[in-house]
Amino acid sequence: MKDPIIESRRYEASPTRLVVTLGLAGLLSGLAIVSAYEWTRPRIEANHASALREAVFRVLPGIVGLQRWAQRGGELRPADEDRAGERAIYAGCDDRDQLLGFAIPAEGAGFQDTIKLLFGYLPDQRSIVGVEVLESRETPGLGDRIYKDQAFLDNFRTLLVDPEIVLVKNGTKRAAHEVDSITGATISSQAVVNILNAGVQEWSRLLSATRTGSCGQTLEQPSPSGRNATSG
Amino acid sequence: MSDLVWIFIGALLINNFVLSYFLGLCPFLGVSGRIETAVRLGLATVFVMLITAVCAWFLNTYILVHAPYLRLISFIVVIASTVQFVEMAIKKLSPALFRSLGIFLPLITTNCAILGLAIFATNRNYGLLESVVFALGAGGGFMLALVLMAGLREETELSDVPALMRGTALNLILAGILSLAFMGFAGLFGSH
Amino acid sequence: MSRDGQNRRAYQELVKGLWRENPVFVQVLGMCPMLAVSNSAINALTMGLATFTVLLSSSLMVSSLRNLIPRQVRISCYIIVIATFVTVIDFVLLALVPDVHKELGAFIPLIVANCMILGRQEAFAAKHPVGLAAADAAGMGGGFALALFGLGGFREVLGSGSLFGVSLFGAHFEPWVIMLLPPGGFISLGLLLLVLNWVRSRRTQRSEDLVTAQGNPSR
Repeated sequence: MKDPIIESRRYEASPTRLVVTLGLAGLLSGLAIVSAYEWTRPRIEANHASALREAVFRVLPGIVGLQRWAQRGGELRPADEDRAGERAIYAGCDDRDQLLGFAIPAEGAGFQDTIKLLFGYLPDQRSIVGVEVLESRETPGLGDRIYKDQAFLDNFRTLLVDPEIVLVKNGTKRAAHEVDSITGATISSQAVVNILNAGVQEWSRLLSATRTGSCGQTLEQPSPSGRNATSG
Repeated sequence: MSDLVWIFIGALLINNFVLSYFLGLCPFLGVSGRIETAVRLGLATVFVMLITAVCAWFLNTYILVHAPYLRLISFIVVIASTVQFVEMAIKKLSPALFRSLGIFLPLITTNCAILGLAIFATNRNYGLLESVVFALGAGGGFMLALVLMAGLREETELSDVPALMRGTALNLILAGILSLAFMGFAGLFGSH
Repeated sequence: MSRDGQNRRAYQELVKGLWRENPVFVQVLGMCPMLAVSNSAINALTMGLATFTVLLSSSLMVSSLRNLIPRQVRISCYIIVIATFVTVIDFVLLALVPDVHKELGAFIPLIVANCMILGRQEAFAAKHPVGLAAADAAGMGGGFALALFGLGGFREVLGSGSLFGVSLFGAHFEPWVIMLLPPGGFISLGLLLLVLNWVRSRRTQRSEDLVTAQGNPSR
């Protein structure tokens, strides 16, 4: 700081120059970011959509097509377009065009960070038929067994949600609403159960008021668009 | 209501920013020599975190919905400049407060815990109230870890430690043991 | 300076970051968000490479613009440059390796707050020509990536008995679960530093012995 050359340079730059420099830097950086975003967006959206689509197919065994549903005028309906901030679920249809069940995204606190998952739900049987973890940062080798441990995932093949899903010590599952925890990852297991209970509670009232039956016109849905879907 | 309590406890103890997310390690290892300094740095951090939480919420709600890809850069710029403004304001309004906290403010702004707070609050879709509570918990947790560490270091300074261990290696292992102790709080999970 | 001298200088700048001034093991810089992703080799490697790329591109940019940036706003400019590259890397990782990106999550944006990157801009790139700045950044970034990868490999081998997901010891190995958890991060870095301290002190010891044996106490 005592260097005379540097000292003199400090006072050379006029305020205009400072503002212009910062403005230019901001502008260039904005340009770079936007072009990177536009360049990678198709790929990211395709990844996102195909991951979601595969997940829906995995949590609802036996479906051949799906459609996006959202709340419209107080009830759940097929809704293709994406409205800001709305939450959607996915209806799965079987090969006879009958509505089989719903794939519902849900999220909640895990051991390390938020866990986002998708679960397959049959409203008329009030049971869960599959769970797929979409996003989690649980500890590798421990908490990540919530999506790597097949025995744990088998808990969710047919799981009744009434009175509520209960986590029990590994190997002591007796009733159809109980889940065997993963030894050494009780907290992550508990997190999954909590998220499922909250998800069921959030949607079951809306879903019970929904007519199930024919899937109707939209059997051959294109892949469900991600969050940033544009209509044009 | 219980959600807010849960967010607070979670950020304070269970997922302590320093001991479980490794955020803010630089000041944690650098400034934790004395308890008194640690308390002051901690308070200043809580303060900056509160400002950050409000800024991040405001940006997310009103501006970034249209351009989510500018999130990172606008967080950094807005948080840094807001903190600078607040620093000037404190300097003018309360020189006493400035003397005890002020010197830490610029140091804290570049701390990863601050940016981490903004990013976590965004990823978890926290509202304004939730963000503020999260900031209080995270800041409190940072301060707690810093003060505990400073206490430990004041003790080890006087004890006979092998020369090889002195310095960062010992501090890191101490931090590991502290982090191990904090893992016990994970037992609180699921009781809500 | 002759061309040969320049090359040697660049080589020195490159090598110093890898070992003698390794940002992690010697300066203990930039560990803030990085310890969190060192719980498996692949996560650590991705994070290390991302940091390397950000550091190298930022240093190139800052060094080539170093005469255009006024001193008063230099830090802000560096931060803007770094944040831009981090955002771009974030998108690229999301597009190319979505699975790894999912596990790194919030920690990629946190590369911005890595004090090592800003430190190199201020301490080196802003004062040196592009070639040297690139060598310095490559050395420091490489040293950082290597250290992070070493730590990640160490924790994965002990914590889950595997490397890159490939099991190493068979079914009889009981993993040291604690290594994967946050305390394991602190403790393994502490242990690695300890070992390095030991190596270094032995080396100093040996060279001192050598000097004494030669009867030349002045060096």
